[in-house]
Amino acid sequence: MTETPQQKVNPAAVRRGRSAKSSLGVAIANVAYYALMIVLAVVFLLPLIWMFVSSLKPESEVLVIPPSFFPTEIRWQNYVDVFGIIPVFFYNSAKLAFLNVVGILLTSSLAGYAFARLEFAGRDLVFTLLLATAIIPSIVYLIPQYIVFRELGWIDTHLPLWVPRVLTPVFATFLMRQYFKTMPKDLEDAARIDGASTFAIYWRIMLPQTKPALAAIGVFTFLESWNDLFGPLIFLNSQDLQTLPVALAQFQGEYFTQVSLLMAAATVSVIPVLIVYLFAQKYFVQGITMTGLKG
Amino acid sequence: MAVANNPEERSASRFSRTVSRLRSSRDLEGWLFIAPVVVGVLGFQFFPILVSMYASFTQWDGLNPPEFIGLGNFVEMLTKDPLFYQTFVNTCVFTLGYVPLTILVSFILALLCNRQIRGVSFFRTAFFAPFVTNVVAVGFVWFYFYSPDQGVLNGLLQTVGIEGPAWLSDSRWAMPAVITVSVWQGVGYPMVILLAGLQGIPEELYEAAKIDGARAWHRVRNVTLPLLTPHFFFLTITQFIISFQVFGLIYVMTEGGPNHATSVYIYYLYERGFAFGNLGYASAMAWLLFVLIAAVTLVQWKLQKRWVFYE
Repeated sequence: MTETPQQKVNPAAVRRGRSAKSSLGVAIANVAYYALMIVLAVVFLLPLIWMFVSSLKPESEVLVIPPSFFPTEIRWQNYVDVFGIIPVFFYNSAKLAFLNVVGILLTSSLAGYAFARLEFAGRDLVFTLLLATAIIPSIVYLIPQYIVFRELGWIDTHLPLWVPRVLTPVFATFLMRQYFKTMPKDLEDAARIDGASTFAIYWRIMLPQTKPALAAIGVFTFLESWNDLFGPLIFLNSQDLQTLPVALAQFQGEYFTQVSLLMAAATVSVIPVLIVYLFAQKYFVQGITMTGLKG
Repeated sequence: MAVANNPEERSASRFSRTVSRLRSSRDLEGWLFIAPVVVGVLGFQFFPILVSMYASFTQWDGLNPPEFIGLGNFVEMLTKDPLFYQTFVNTCVFTLGYVPLTILVSFILALLCNRQIRGVSFFRTAFFAPFVTNVVAVGFVWFYFYSPDQGVLNGLLQTVGIEGPAWLSDSRWAMPAVITVSVWQGVGYPMVILLAGLQGIPEELYEAAKIDGARAWHRVRNVTLPLLTPHFFFLTITQFIISFQVFGLIYVMTEGGPNHATSVYIYYLYERGFAFGNLGYASAMAWLLFVLIAAVTLVQWKLQKRWVFYE
């Protein structure tokens, strides 16, 4: 081995070299990072994209070996066919989601305001009892609820799918209470001195300031109601009252005789939540972090 | 009541009357605000809970009056019902697959998403999208992905020369297949929780670790993980409760099959209670489930001292 001649070290060149090397390293790391993220994003989105693409295919191209991704012709007719079947289910889902969202926002903010800002006999005891009830999973009282609804003549109507939910928003009440608690007292006091009624203070002064909490509760209530499978499955019998998810699950062979039609209907059932999600993403995240760790 | 004669006493009693009237009107006001929720919880939760407690000790088809049979349902469950035993084991298998995988995957995704870098919000959105998608649509899409002859999955496997199994109708593969879909759909929520946790960790701690020469993995091991233990604790509890009550995907994808391989607790409860009209038995199952969940949660609570780190 020949002796390597001792090189003169130029500190500036070393610095330059090092920084060039590290910026190259950063670039490689970034490329690797993006490559990994894209692969992961494909894994997470592909099933949803496949659903959408299949909904535009002629039936003969949906399930083939080897799998083909792009359709040879785009068949919008599938959506036309599906819209002939689902309007009533879509309407039922939308109606229930609307009633649940509006109702829960109202009852939970009323109760949350009282628990946070009003003083009255029995307040803390009732609040503790509400939270204690929430510990018991709903499956435990589902069966007697069913009997109660039957005695009331509510089975096979939409009432069991919104009235009890609107009247038992324990978790939303808890969130609203936490939110109302953080609000300053000044405005409230000023309004009280001006002679405003408690309801007016709640409705006109306090409620408008809780928009972030209302939005978070609203998007989650919408999601829960729109995607609910168990409730409608149990409480409804008539086909024309069914919601979109149950109609998809139960009448697939009857209505959606083709996979491409089924995928078109599934896409239609997903689009509203995706739209809400894209526009209200901030509130989804807020809702999760609010419910997550602040006890 | 004695009538107050001197003016001082009169004014004092008027004062206390006013106070008590104010008080009671204030009480009334508060109760009016909470009335809808109180009525709802009493009527739709509290009362049904009491009925359910009683129903679990009866034989009841929901049409005829319930017949009290004491511990009969519980005895049948634990000693005479092989399906109950099997669905319980299935649920445990599901939970043992779902909970650790969901937490691990969501942690990796949260670490990857916790960067100030262009496009990261798109990736967050992508990972969260399955969570907002309804379980029926998800179930169908994966049902066809898993289809043995024409499905996407086996098609892809075939191109690399592997003959894939009949995923959902093979009793060895059905449960792993269902768990995979559940994890795919479920990681969005824990990811957001962990991401919020990551963003709450002060940058100085990482800087300090870097100065001490800690490499990336050591920083995760010694800074990130300990500081996130409260989040992991919260997630193990909530994800356990969720996974013990899994229903939707099973209903859509396998209906508990093949040969009860994916029949989980709530699915079996649903079958017994609503499909076969055995409400007493289903109520007893529901209460046993509650006791199980409560017991496991309590154990997790007790164990948190050993591993959860609070600042």
